[in-house]
Amino acid sequence: MTTTKAKVVYSPAFTDGAEFRIPTFKLLKQDGSLYKGAKAPDLEKDKALRIYRAMVTTRILDERMLAAQRQGRLSFYMQCTGEEAAVVGSAAALDDADMIMAQYREQGALAYRGFTIDEFMNQLFGNELDYGKGRQMPVHYGSSKLNYMTISSPLATQIPQATGYAYGQKLAGDGHCTITYFGEGAASEGDFHAALNMAAVHRVPVIFLCRNNGYAISTPAAEQFAADGVAPRAYGYKMDVIRVDGNDILAVHEATRAARTLAVEHNRPVLIETMTYRLAAHSSSDDPSGYRSKDEEAVWREKDPILRMRLWLESKKWWNEDDEKQLQENMRREVLETMKRAQKRPPPALDTLVSDVYDQVPPALAEQFDSLKAHIRRHPDAYPKSAEHAKGGA
Amino acid sequence: MTQMNMLQAINNALNTAMAANERVLCFGEDVGVFGGVFRATSNLQQKYGKDRCFNTPLVEQGIIGFANGLAAQGSVPVAEIQFADYIFPAFDQIVNESAKFRYRSGNLFNVGGLTIRAPYGGGIAGGLYHSQSPEAYFAHTPGLKVVVPRNPHQAKGLLLAAIHDQNPTLFFEPKRLYRASVGEVPDEDYRLPLGEAEVLKEGTDVTVLGWGAQMEVIEHAVEMAEKEGISCEVIDLRTILPWDVETVANSVFKTGRLVVTHEAPLTGGFAGEIAATIQERCFLYLESPIARVTGMDTPFPLVLEKEHLPNHLKVYEAIRSSVEF
Repeated sequence: MTTTKAKVVYSPAFTDGAEFRIPTFKLLKQDGSLYKGAKAPDLEKDKALRIYRAMVTTRILDERMLAAQRQGRLSFYMQCTGEEAAVVGSAAALDDADMIMAQYREQGALAYRGFTIDEFMNQLFGNELDYGKGRQMPVHYGSSKLNYMTISSPLATQIPQATGYAYGQKLAGDGHCTITYFGEGAASEGDFHAALNMAAVHRVPVIFLCRNNGYAISTPAAEQFAADGVAPRAYGYKMDVIRVDGNDILAVHEATRAARTLAVEHNRPVLIETMTYRLAAHSSSDDPSGYRSKDEEAVWREKDPILRMRLWLESKKWWNEDDEKQLQENMRREVLETMKRAQKRPPPALDTLVSDVYDQVPPALAEQFDSLKAHIRRHPDAYPKSAEHAKGGA
Repeated sequence: MTQMNMLQAINNALNTAMAANERVLCFGEDVGVFGGVFRATSNLQQKYGKDRCFNTPLVEQGIIGFANGLAAQGSVPVAEIQFADYIFPAFDQIVNESAKFRYRSGNLFNVGGLTIRAPYGGGIAGGLYHSQSPEAYFAHTPGLKVVVPRNPHQAKGLLLAAIHDQNPTLFFEPKRLYRASVGEVPDEDYRLPLGEAEVLKEGTDVTVLGWGAQMEVIEHAVEMAEKEGISCEVIDLRTILPWDVETVANSVFKTGRLVVTHEAPLTGGFAGEIAATIQERCFLYLESPIARVTGMDTPFPLVLEKEHLPNHLKVYEAIRSSVEF
């Protein structure tokens, strides 16, 4: 109804919401110690090390694959660098059967769930083992067995889909939720508003995790919205919201764990705004020197989330110099070896051009395919990737 | 069999699908307790509860985004867009998401369970924004199916087929016929084939092709032409994408002439696609140019709606011109 329980006033009273200042939740200092008064979260050793390994894996994968892109071995790449804690810490707070609907910079969540380096590489090189059959640009990963929805380039489309997916989970009553990731830039899309409003109205078990990393390609957050970040929007939807230091693995994990309880046990959707920084370029096609200073980057490099977690692990005696050296060496070697393997694998078969458009290939498309194969047979040298596959059929 | 109008047939189809499978959900603007502005979802909330039939906020992109997620999860969403004219905020979700979900994931995920219902078309004094026929926009998008029924029997059978089909399907309902078209409808669950046109009447001189509300217009035009001794073969395309080239081409091989009619504007309309394909297939059999009888290349008018629309007189004239060419 159009009535409100708020009090009545008798002269025009505007408000801009400035009285609402959403605090930032932090636990871990950069030196690996806890803030005074911060309660150490319940994070056991095995899980902490699983998180840390996923973060380091992501960092090394990103470094090597950007280098591979620069060498011309890969067409395109996107790094998660600087945002590993926001991504891995949140994914680790979920049940592995919860659905993840990411934007494109969340390879850390996949690494945490157990996506192998081979699986990453097969997608990056679009070879015959790529689950996506070589159809999408690099970093558009997906895994049904790991409950990680295949990435789609259009921004924010995954957000209302997450609301719908989670509504289905709620009806199924299996106690699972969905988390969806997006940047502060994508939060300007209409799909963001649609998703949060529908989730609040229908009480859907979904977690909206905004990676406020400061930039949408070159556009700084200050030119993206006038408000104090993305978090205050939750008030407009009557949604629970929390702002977290996105470089603080313990705070991200703890906030997401609590959010999951709200979502799954109370059907309360939650917005989490992680305050972080995209240390890398937007993508391999971007050059940040055109829009931000080295000094600014240096400030954030000092806040490296991986180093912060490592120092905490070392303070707990769960990790040491040797462990670190071994992990780094093993990961670098595995990345290089799997890259060589993946690069040598053949491309997807020619018929993947027309399969999966529909559940079955419609007659008109089958005709187009036959005519393409006949064309390739006439010009096999022009189509080295598929000449062999074109031999069969009409 | 029960006598039903098209709305009752659609309501009956939704009821049939919801009764058979608890994962079928119906939602959209005003779809809940009110039963939709046209009452296509009447009594479904009362019968199946608020979890399965419900109002959504007024946000088409959200409705279809939500529906895509539900379908990916394994539910069977039947989302209503209140008027086809208002489907465009959801264009991105339909064209970039629904249509490409299976392909881009290598079939790891799909939204095959998705059906989008939307009333389309003119003739109800709806002006620019309650009259449009947007099928051609979606026909340009591989991965979608686009279906348009012509009467109550077809509406129930095609809608049930769309709901059960393993591909995202747009189901455009000719709202001018919602209450005007009445006929016998089987009470049980039955499904008519998608991707298959139907020859409604055989003839030898000219093939007249349309879909949805335009089939009624064709019927009147053909009556006039036949009184003058012109033998018309009438085809309802039924599925716009993927469309049944074989049935149309086989008819044109026989008649040598084709008249295609739709309400949407001429330029870029689906008749253009049909004409291009049929002239490729049937070039040496054609006795006259393929004729398109369509809405004009204007926004949909209000007061001069009758002048704009491809009515039976315009179709009749096109039939005659084709035969007399």
